[in-house]
Amino acid sequence: MPRITVTVDGIRYEEEVEPRLLLVHLLRDRLGKTGTPVGCDTGNCGACTVMLDGRSAKSCSVLAVQADECDVVTIEGLGRDGELHPMQEAFRTEHALQCGYCTPGMVMAAIDLLRDDPDPSEEAIRQGLEGNLCRCTGYCNIVRAVRRGAQEMSGEEVRTS
Amino acid sequence: MTEQLDAGLVARQIAESGRLGAPDGGHEVGRARRRKEDARLITGRTTWTDNIQLPGMLYVAFLRSPMAHARITRVDVSAARAQPGVVAAYSGRDVAGEQGSLPCAWPVSEDVVIPDHPPMAVDEVRYVGEAVACVVATDRYRAADALESIEVDYEPLEAVLDMTEALAEGGPKVHETGNQAFTWKFSGGDIEAAFRDAPVVIDRTYVQQRLIPTAMEPRAVVATTDGGAFTLYSATQIPHVLRVMLALTTGIPEHRLRVIAPDVGGGFGSKLQVTAEEVLCLLLTRRLGKPVKWTESRSEGNMTVHHGRDQIQRISVAADRDGRIRGVRVDLLADMGAYLMLVTPGIPILGAFMYNGIYKMDAYDFTCTGVFTTKMPTDAYRGAGRPEATFAIERAVDELAHELNLDPIEVRRRNWITHQEFPYTTIAGLTYDSGNYEAATDRALALFGYDKLRAEQADRRDRRDPVQLGIGVSTYTEMCGLAPSRVLGSLSYGAGGWEHATVRMLPTGKVEVVTGTSPHGQGHETAWSQIVADALGVPFDDVSVLHGDTAIAPRGMDTYGSRSLVVGGVAVLRACEKVRDKARNLAAHLLEAAPGDIEFAAGEFRVRGTSEGRTIQELALAAFAAHDLPEGFEPRLDADATFDPENFSFPHGTHLCAVEVDTETGAVRIRSYVAVDDVGSVVNPLIVEGQVHGGIAQGIAQALFEEAVYDTEGNLLTTTMADYLIPSAADLPEFVTDRTETPATSNPLGVKGVGEAGTIASTPAVVNAIVDALRPYGVRDVAMPCTPERIWRALGGDGAAAGWAGPTEPEGGAR
Ligand code: FES
Ligand code: FES
Repeated sequence: MPRITVTVDGIRYEEEVEPRLLLVHLLRDRLGKTGTPVGCDTGNCGACTVMLDGRSAKSCSVLAVQADECDVVTIEGLGRDGELHPMQEAFRTEHALQCGYCTPGMVMAAIDLLRDDPDPSEEAIRQGLEGNLCRCTGYCNIVRAVRRGAQEMSGEEVRTS
Repeated sequence: MTEQLDAGLVARQIAESGRLGAPDGGHEVGRARRRKEDARLITGRTTWTDNIQLPGMLYVAFLRSPMAHARITRVDVSAARAQPGVVAAYSGRDVAGEQGSLPCAWPVSEDVVIPDHPPMAVDEVRYVGEAVACVVATDRYRAADALESIEVDYEPLEAVLDMTEALAEGGPKVHETGNQAFTWKFSGGDIEAAFRDAPVVIDRTYVQQRLIPTAMEPRAVVATTDGGAFTLYSATQIPHVLRVMLALTTGIPEHRLRVIAPDVGGGFGSKLQVTAEEVLCLLLTRRLGKPVKWTESRSEGNMTVHHGRDQIQRISVAADRDGRIRGVRVDLLADMGAYLMLVTPGIPILGAFMYNGIYKMDAYDFTCTGVFTTKMPTDAYRGAGRPEATFAIERAVDELAHELNLDPIEVRRRNWITHQEFPYTTIAGLTYDSGNYEAATDRALALFGYDKLRAEQADRRDRRDPVQLGIGVSTYTEMCGLAPSRVLGSLSYGAGGWEHATVRMLPTGKVEVVTGTSPHGQGHETAWSQIVADALGVPFDDVSVLHGDTAIAPRGMDTYGSRSLVVGGVAVLRACEKVRDKARNLAAHLLEAAPGDIEFAAGEFRVRGTSEGRTIQELALAAFAAHDLPEGFEPRLDADATFDPENFSFPHGTHLCAVEVDTETGAVRIRSYVAVDDVGSVVNPLIVEGQVHGGIAQGIAQALFEEAVYDTEGNLLTTTMADYLIPSAADLPEFVTDRTETPATSNPLGVKGVGEAGTIASTPAVVNAIVDALRPYGVRDVAMPCTPERIWRALGGDGAAAGWAGPTEPEGGAR
């Protein structure tokens, strides 16, 4: 079985994995990183979105072996020193979550969106989050949260870990 | 049309609701509190069922029928048993003696047929996706691998897909008893008289397409046993109902069965079910003595989570020339799918009392036939029966307006119950306790800019603009807050509609609240804390809310039907009142005063006219210490309460939708969407707004995007999220939402329930808007979902080149 080395939320792991093991299952079933959920089997929902070497990736569409030598940040590793990431805080403030199942992926995708467009319009946010589905919120408050997160983060370099 | 907002009226209503406490008065109820739940949800410290890992846990996978209808002639699981990591493999026949039959708790009529429904099929499969065998293995990949080694021989039978054909004589049968599941009739007033000589009759048939609820968290089940007692974790909305039903189904004694709903990622009715997988996981842990887990894949879920809607509605409206509605007649075919699940046959019946909507009329007649087909069973999906009813009446009233060349708002005004007429007993026999349709409508018209949009519409019509503007109206009400137990009894439902709560003052003055509701995104921990904070005068942060575990919250009826606040929230309030009464007695004793002389305010009990007092926290400690208690006073400051509502609650509102339809491509763009809802008094406006947003999105999704499609063989074609299109952020507009507040008079909080309102209201608003845009082309209906292709075809298949029939010409139907 292939052996991989992967850093997840700042901790280095060495794991033997079946070649077919999905990154999301490595995270959830092996490393106990259950903050990242699975919502589909076709790469459509975005619930499983994590940062892979600084860019958002759907961890259900990546094999664990492909993450060899990579740096992974999940929702669990986003806050720093007990402080929430500004985007997490913005989601809470704007009531941008109900059941919260889509939230880890949505927050990750939102942070990635701001890397390319630090001050996105409503339209840009809606287009940019197209790959992340939410069944609860109707997206209005998610859009507001991303706008707020962008304002909070403006000036800062976009933090992904 | 008036665009003048009756500000005075709205202000009066808001002031009236002030009995709950105003946000500025230091009160919690009415405040936009940020949610307590969010701390764990935004940091990934959640406990979804699939997160649960127990020592020695095994993983279950199900082999599912690829045929819509077939006799099973052979199942051989022996090769699967030989696969690496496989612990066990069973066919339906292997567990036939102990799997029982999945329950239906709502035998709606005398003639209802409830077929045997084995969790794993034994002799016959009746829909694609029905479980026929299972594998238990040491990890999820191996369990899935081993399914491929199971051999099943099927003898194909004819699929039954179309409801009308299913009811015809001599066709293939889903069950030996035939394809009719039940008939149900209901009427009020003299319907013949209402239709006889009616100057106008609108007669339409609408199709409520089949939907897949699609909660973002797929279902998951973990079952474990210590040999005597069983624990089942499930992504369910109904841990309490589930425990009772599983005890009855599996024979595991109720007191040895604990059901836990951990964090649950949405439900929308789809997790209001007793599923085959829950029953089978319990049986597997019993057989194997090891914990087992099953988590569905999305494609498995699309096939096998119960579906929603799927009705054919024939609605006739008889009216006078001035637009006054004389009567409404409804003939409904409701697709049950292959079996009757927990409340399958009750869903259309929940709509039966709503086809009269907010309107006064002389007569009403409703007939429903439940039909078996070889498809996944249908059951509750957000709104459950009421969205269908609201769609039909709101579409038909728009048709009536068009027929009479009246503005759709005007026809509604001529028929709706005016605010002076409440409480009002409708032709369907319900008593609407309160409401103000005028106020909500006036507010919505003002926010929408109705007259301006109508002017733009006229202009586009004059110019024959290829992009036409349509305006859709939906003035809805719904019955929710399920439900008075005696009413449920009269409708043959198998249980009551009460809710339970316990409130415990802890020695340190903190408060534990136990609720029988089972939230899965609705924010009960926050809202209940607000209610308790006000009722007991304790800080919001000093309250914690426990739920979703039958060992911790032993009594409850769970969460569905917009019932949690209206029934469960009131139970919490009642329990607080009892705690307050006890505390008052204790305070009187300690302060050597008569209980009648004790005043309570802001968490302190004082002797009237003095500064002598005890805080509720001091009293909690005094009760715990028990050194000096009144005669007969038990040493605790706890109480519980069970609340059974006297009536349903009736939220209402006016939704307005403007769409631009490109007549050359059929593309629809929602230009603006305004919703003014009246959900009574509000505990947390932030949560209410969120529920409205999400509800509107799901209703729009039915209008524009979603449909579960079976092919002619009965194969589900929309098994993945790539095929079944739930909307993304890019597919939806910003919604403008506002509220009027007419408190419910049927409960002490004045609340009405908000979980389903948006979904109920929005579908007809959108379709009315699309049809309104296309009226000049002679279009009078577009089937849902209104895809560009369907709109293009409705335009005659050549888009804007189709006949321009003129802007206001009626399409007939008058006599
Ligand atoms: S789980 Fe749906 S995209 Fe990864
Ligand atoms: S909050 Fe439930 S899916 Fe987004």
